[in-house]
Amino acid sequence: MTPALRASDLHVSLGGREVLRGIDLSLSAARWTAVVGPNGAGKTTMLKALAHLLPARGGVEMLGRVAWTDRERARRLAWLGQNESGAEDLRAHDVVMLGRLPHQPWLGGASAEDQAIVEDAMRQTQCWDWRLRPLGQLSGGERQRVLLARALAVRAPLLLMDEPLANLDPPHQADWLAIVRRHVAAGGTAVSVLHELNMALHADELVVMDQGRIAHHGACADPATHEALREVFARRVRVHALAGQWVALPDAVED
Amino acid sequence: MPLARDEAVDRATRSPLAVGLVLIAVTALLLAVGTAVGSLGWEPLWGGADTARAILWEIRLPRSLGAWLAGALLGLAGAVAQGLFRNPLADPYLLGSATGAAFGVAMMLVLIGVAPMAADGWVARLGLTGAGFAGAVGAVLVTLALARGVQHTLRLLLAGVIVGMVFGALSALVMFWVPDILRSMQSFLLGTTGFLGWGSVGLLGVLLAVSVLVAIGFSPALDALALGESTAISLGIPLSKVRVGLVGVMALATGAAVAQVGLIAFIGLLAPHLVRAAVKPTHRWLLPLAALAGGVLLLAADVLARWLLAPQELPVGALTSLLGGGYLLWLMHRRPL
Repeated sequence: MTPALRASDLHVSLGGREVLRGIDLSLSAARWTAVVGPNGAGKTTMLKALAHLLPARGGVEMLGRVAWTDRERARRLAWLGQNESGAEDLRAHDVVMLGRLPHQPWLGGASAEDQAIVEDAMRQTQCWDWRLRPLGQLSGGERQRVLLARALAVRAPLLLMDEPLANLDPPHQADWLAIVRRHVAAGGTAVSVLHELNMALHADELVVMDQGRIAHHGACADPATHEALREVFARRVRVHALAGQWVALPDAVED
Repeated sequence: MPLARDEAVDRATRSPLAVGLVLIAVTALLLAVGTAVGSLGWEPLWGGADTARAILWEIRLPRSLGAWLAGALLGLAGAVAQGLFRNPLADPYLLGSATGAAFGVAMMLVLIGVAPMAADGWVARLGLTGAGFAGAVGAVLVTLALARGVQHTLRLLLAGVIVGMVFGALSALVMFWVPDILRSMQSFLLGTTGFLGWGSVGLLGVLLAVSVLVAIGFSPALDALALGESTAISLGIPLSKVRVGLVGVMALATGAAVAQVGLIAFIGLLAPHLVRAAVKPTHRWLLPLAALAGGVLLLAADVLARWLLAPQELPVGALTSLLGGGYLLWLMHRRPL
């Protein structure tokens, strides 16, 4: 089966510093992959390189093809960035409608289908009620739900999210989990950089990064993956089974 | 589920079309007042003799229309700058394009050696507008080069301030070496609508139409850009083309306005803010509304400048600075930035 995304020997330098040092990665379709690793491991950079958002050396193949036009790629890959600021003066509904941009003719305006998709996305993330409010008037979590709806409104088979849980309270984290599960169940592919290991361990696969390289790529349930996690976090976390879930807990501090 | 009726929602649901119609009505009113205010204050002259009609048609009307058009170009340039640089404080002047235009005009004055806006004929006008345009584009490009792109807003504003100062100093040097242009430059630097004729109106009108259409063509890109560069790229926006196009529009609009009416401060900064205080539209609406608001602001300032101390006429640029500065102070006081 064609992988949804495949990177071969991917290098990225930012400000003269090599941030990604040769990434080889193949992500299968209809799976949710979480990218984890310590601060500065290159997680965000790798996600951006996979989404074609920054100049990189090496190849990235999406759905088995390297060359896509900007618009064709934009219809197939939706991006949710970290701490997207700005757009304070745009109404939530207008922001979510931006997700339809790759599907609309230039200046063509929104079709009835666009309207329906935007409403569906906003109801999924429960932000339909404040669709008329400007983004600047929303709290951090409310804003994040609008931005997630914006990414969902693209209706792209590939959904790449960088720290999508920022500012979300636990019930809305659970909602996010359900949204990702639905996306994957419908044949979509999700890739998310996650700081919170316990959420990441809900994923199908884990990509563990360290110092610009992939330290391990495997199923979340695999003990080898747990060991790799422990390794990159300076042997200070351990994965336990608890109530049918995997949880990563810090080791007790020894006196 | 009923929506909370609060101020933000009220403002957001207000129709941009209604705001536009109000601005057009105010424009019509101001045009009427503008043609009724002469060098001695209120003197309508409507339905008067041939000389009166000549004054009305050949002096007051083109001047009022020209002031409105120049203000509209500045308002549009301000809205484009704020969207493109994702900074609510960006305006054509902060990026050095106006002082660049001033330098271009000063150089052209030295070259063609005529009194500036009094010079008649399309060649001189196109020459001055062209020089203003070239200066504006040059200054913005230098600012962008110094700031190494538009990513870092603080560096961008700093670079704009530096470029503004350098071009201001260059203009001062030119004036020092060629004192003949001093008088022309003074009216230019203080801003004046006194030399606007039908030729200027035609030129400004065409440029405004072109600038508004091109800018609206880029409006979806500006909306997407509000969410950050990465998101805009991910939505398939060709960012470098958009930047080139919008910087071009900004420089064209600013350069044209500045070449015709001189340095008029604050209109570009203020007009989009006024629109957003009334309504929360996407850029497709914000851009034309900011142009309308800019036109209203400059025309109102022009009428005031002619009327307040008639028969003495105030420099309109000084007036917009005073009023604009006052409004910003009030805004800061009411709502900390």
